[in-house]
Amino acid sequence: MPGRKMKWVPRRRARETTADRSRFSPRDLLSESVAGILQRPARSVLTALGTVLGVGTFVAVLGLTATTSSQIDSRFNELTATEVTVEDTGGERPEFLPNAFPADADRRIGALGGVREAGVYWPVRLGPDTVVSAAPVGTEGTGEQTQVVAASPGVLAAAGPHLAQGRIFDAYHDRRGENVAVIGAGLASRLGITTLETAPAIFVEDRAFTVIGIVDDVQRKADLLLSVVVPRTTAEEIWGGPEAGQRAKMLISTELGAARQIASEAALALDPAHPDHFKVVPPPDPRSLRGDVTSDLNQLFMLMAGICLVIGAVGIANTTLVAVLERTGEIGLRRALGARGRHITVQFLTESGALGALGGLVGTSLGTVTVVVMAVVRDWTPVIHPATVVAAPAIGLVTGVLAGLYPAWRASRIQPAEALRR
Amino acid sequence: MTTPAVPPVIEFRGAGLTYPGPPPVPALKPCDLVIRHGEYVTIVGPSGSGKSTFLNIAGLLDAPTEGQYLLDGIDTGPLADADRTGLRGRRIGFVFQSFHLLPHRSALENVELAMVYNGGVRRGRRERAREALHRVGLEHRTDALPTRLSGGERQRVAIARALVARPSLLLCDEPTGNLDTHTAESVLGLLDELHRDGITLLVITHAPDVAARGRRTIAIRDGALSEQVAV
Repeated sequence: MPGRKMKWVPRRRARETTADRSRFSPRDLLSESVAGILQRPARSVLTALGTVLGVGTFVAVLGLTATTSSQIDSRFNELTATEVTVEDTGGERPEFLPNAFPADADRRIGALGGVREAGVYWPVRLGPDTVVSAAPVGTEGTGEQTQVVAASPGVLAAAGPHLAQGRIFDAYHDRRGENVAVIGAGLASRLGITTLETAPAIFVEDRAFTVIGIVDDVQRKADLLLSVVVPRTTAEEIWGGPEAGQRAKMLISTELGAARQIASEAALALDPAHPDHFKVVPPPDPRSLRGDVTSDLNQLFMLMAGICLVIGAVGIANTTLVAVLERTGEIGLRRALGARGRHITVQFLTESGALGALGGLVGTSLGTVTVVVMAVVRDWTPVIHPATVVAAPAIGLVTGVLAGLYPAWRASRIQPAEALRR
Repeated sequence: MTTPAVPPVIEFRGAGLTYPGPPPVPALKPCDLVIRHGEYVTIVGPSGSGKSTFLNIAGLLDAPTEGQYLLDGIDTGPLADADRTGLRGRRIGFVFQSFHLLPHRSALENVELAMVYNGGVRRGRRERAREALHRVGLEHRTDALPTRLSGGERQRVAIARALVARPSLLLCDEPTGNLDTHTAESVLGLLDELHRDGITLLVITHAPDVAARGRRTIAIRDGALSEQVAV
């Protein structure tokens, strides 16, 4: 083949040297590394498994935490956020101050900006055998042992009642000390009260109270449903103020967002001279609530994720080292073909880094799936911060590269002459 | 064919290698040697004679501890590692006794590997690799994995890989050491062909019959070179 002859004669070259430096283009680096990973697919998968677990745990923990927190946020709803309770502590000597709440407590608190309703209440101390019945004492009929609560009209309003029949008492009844009562629907049916059209009365210690309202639900302070609620003034006239040990409390419903402000003002508004007579319970701070949840267990899981990552890194390091020893001949060949030591280093680093990144990607996917499945099972909304999803594969990549450092360095130190003798 | 303008492919000027002791081991005694373009030179000697050391120096895998080694007229002594490696990759094509093919790559991909580190453009690599395989008579086995190739075919792939970067020198280390007589003969025939095409060949062997194929034979014994004049 005379025509082809000259083709295989070496080109005449000038005496250039620096132009002859060997190179390893990024594309070649990438394709060589991918080929290196793919030539032992099963081993590569097993190698990446540690990183998969580590990154997967990482994503799952962060995702589940975010999901749980958002769930708490939604439970931490408008109702709890707009409720403030004031307790009467009575100061340092409570025995001399049965009721620290002033008579015009409702008005004082109601004057604060952002307050919707406010009222003072306390349980009435009755004799141990006292029953509430729908018939006068002495006549036949079974009574019900139940709690009687003295409450200013604001309490019922603040509780957000849903009335089955009738109405709640108001400032008029309270001011005049009317013998009226509002009772829960359950108690009403046990007492045999079915309609208010006949203006039925109930009897507490021989005293008749006209039932003016039956409540079948409340938004807060659910124990009112089991109680007989009578106006505060009425109760004071009959039984006196609150007893020691059963001190009065105040329920305040506020505008959304005003609760913490009102909580800081309430004690001073009630008694500017003795704000220390009151203990104000503000609604829980959503931030601190979330902080509680994300603390202990979370750190444990993060530790586990970290351990998984370390195990994954050791796995990658081990496999890469074995691969370096196995591929000594290949390394020698590459050196003979013009690869520099650093070309060998970057190739093995790229291989281990790619394994780590691959493990990170798979781990991120599995972690995300875990979060979604857990959320769906509990009927929650899955929440994962985008930064988590972005950072997780990067963590895998960094793990892989770190794990590859030593094997890659070893590979670059292999002398081509000796490697080729094999 | 040789003009003063064209430097010899290989020139040893008192080049020798002594492994530092203690005690110092002279693996190759200082020697002078000139191999010009288009020559077919065989180096023969028993194992342990210094053949490997000679090969390592000639192939730029090791540097002489004394004297100079010039490749294509370039003094390789003062070169930086990157330049030495580049020179090795471009101007020397290696053929090994154990082939050194990557087991999970096709014949074509193995040949292409020789062009990865030489800074050439990616485009056209495949075509050049195909041509090189055609040159060694393996155009029908381009996609075969080395494990599916016979020993002779493997060595032909290795020769194609050595040829594809169009080196100044084809450096063969026991090219038939792992082959049976028949396939060895066919590989040696291929080398003869390449020689006729004008390629500079340096074949290192311990087998006298292989050595006899060269137009020039240099014997190496106890680290000393001696030219054998063909009769």
